[in-house]
Amino acid sequence: MINLLLFPIIIPFFFAIVLLFFKEQVRIQRILTVIGLSASIASAFTLVMKVKQDGIQTLTLGSWPAPFGITMVSDMFSALLVTSTLVITLLVAIYSFSSIGEERERFFYYPAILFMITGVNGAFTTGDIFNMFVFFEVLLIASYLLIVLGGEKRQLRESIKYILVNVISSAFFVITVAYLYSIVGTLNMADIGQKIADIGQPGIVSVIGVLLLLVFGIKAGIFPLYFWMPGSYAAPPVPILALFGALLTKVGVYAITRTYTLFFVNDLAFTHTILMVLSLLTIVAGCIGALAYFDLKQIIIYNILIAIGVILFGVSMMNEAGMQGAVFYLIHDMLIKGALFLIIGIMIYVTGTSNLREMGGLIKTHAPLGWLFLIAAFGLAGIPPLSGFVGKLLIVQGGFEHGQLFGTIVILASSLVVLLSVIRIFIYAFWGEPVALQPTNRKTYKHMMFPAVILVALSVLYGVGTEWIFPYVSDAAHVLLDPSSYINAVLKE
Amino acid sequence: MKKNNVILQTTTKVTFFIISLFSIHIFFAGHFAPGGGFVGGLLTTGAIVLLLLAFDLETVQATLPFNFTIVIGVGLLLSLGTAAGSILFNVPFFTHAFAHFDLPLFGDTELHTAMIFDSGVYLVVVGAAITIIQSIGGDE
Repeated sequence: MINLLLFPIIIPFFFAIVLLFFKEQVRIQRILTVIGLSASIASAFTLVMKVKQDGIQTLTLGSWPAPFGITMVSDMFSALLVTSTLVITLLVAIYSFSSIGEERERFFYYPAILFMITGVNGAFTTGDIFNMFVFFEVLLIASYLLIVLGGEKRQLRESIKYILVNVISSAFFVITVAYLYSIVGTLNMADIGQKIADIGQPGIVSVIGVLLLLVFGIKAGIFPLYFWMPGSYAAPPVPILALFGALLTKVGVYAITRTYTLFFVNDLAFTHTILMVLSLLTIVAGCIGALAYFDLKQIIIYNILIAIGVILFGVSMMNEAGMQGAVFYLIHDMLIKGALFLIIGIMIYVTGTSNLREMGGLIKTHAPLGWLFLIAAFGLAGIPPLSGFVGKLLIVQGGFEHGQLFGTIVILASSLVVLLSVIRIFIYAFWGEPVALQPTNRKTYKHMMFPAVILVALSVLYGVGTEWIFPYVSDAAHVLLDPSSYINAVLKE
Repeated sequence: MKKNNVILQTTTKVTFFIISLFSIHIFFAGHFAPGGGFVGGLLTTGAIVLLLLAFDLETVQATLPFNFTIVIGVGLLLSLGTAAGSILFNVPFFTHAFAHFDLPLFGDTELHTAMIFDSGVYLVVVGAAITIIQSIGGDE
């Protein structure tokens, strides 16, 4: 099965197409979505096992030889990301059954999710820089639909901003790829890596490095390019917010990581210092936002920024501990952010508001929700043995090994801010005098709890089972630090 | 709004077929010469838009009673199906096959699976473009 690495892309795409034929039959759409995503998850797990056993999988579309055709590459890093993407999407889809509302379900909600996953997984898997642009467009166009779906006033306002920002960043992407092509004369990422190493990364290549950082930084939301994110992400309903927050920003992080470990590795003092400084500023900006707001959505959205800063700081260290930490923390963050968004979605459903000041005493009526949130909050802050701990420990270790005392201390201090920001939610929403609640459907509440509990359980398992997961993470970090293994796998001869 | 469109309507009835035939020509020329499913699809869309201009939305919907969203789906399925056919033969995705056939009337003809893929593209382009035009034009 040489096409195995494409299955996590093709299966969601196929099911998305099939769903187009069942616009009005919501029940069939739900069943097909679950079947499609489950099949994709099965194929993704098989892929992880295959990559673990046989090393990097590559495939050149249409049987054209390697640097000319479009290459798809699945190393451990991308295989792990593809798998976690699909797992989160399945749980969010199940969560949507009871929370998104039939109106939206009729208007291509599930096909849009599946098309978006096609783009996300494609961007994770592709080994061709222009093809990465194409997959970015696939996921963006699907996300345009998702952000505007429902047509509330706020959504319309924010979607204009979202589309404008992303169209401009996509334009920059094409321009940058054109620059890059005019210098190295190839689009195949392995080939680009090799050619840049050959010419020794002159200044113009570093300029392209910064341009790519600009493009992917807008997607990932690094400082100072995150300005659009808090507003736009808060506009759509919570399941869509969960998908955006857990997956879309991570595609940007993945693209930065990939290009900054494969292309721009010959002038670390310049490119990676910029990356490090920006990641630290991102953390600071995220911390300020996370403490400043009394809105549930905003607090968690600003926590995304902190996580992105932490991951990119690990990447910019370019040593083994830092890279392993970054990979480990990236997947942890996808799981835990997904979980947190689902939980605050339930809190908003129960209380009817996202304003912390209007909540209180939920622990008396919704005790399981409170404890679930507390576990997720501790996981996010990185309290051992939960999943945030190991990743952050490795990143901190990488930082000290690199001699970045100041940056590492910022990372450590940010953990405290993260803990404070989420505990503040816990104190305001779950302690104190109970406020009068609108009667809500207990059954819907239970249906919404189910995927959230599973996602939190997965993240706990991810933390407790570090010992089993670590070989995979270390494989992923190994390929990132040793670009020649990636290049050899693609170009073979 | 009643306008006297006799000239436009009469010429449209003829030119519609000329444009459609030309789009089919462009579509088949696509493999070795400029053209293909995308351009062919756009030309067909152009023909339908001309119909829309000369007559009105209701008339065109009655003449071409397709659900164009479904057309997009069929087109995508055709394209994906052709590309995925390579999975059955365990060759890289998108690998296409071709052979020479001695067809009656046409003589020695080269047939490609890429053509089926392209017809999928054709349907997607027509479906998407008409859906957009119908939803914008239908708002008034």
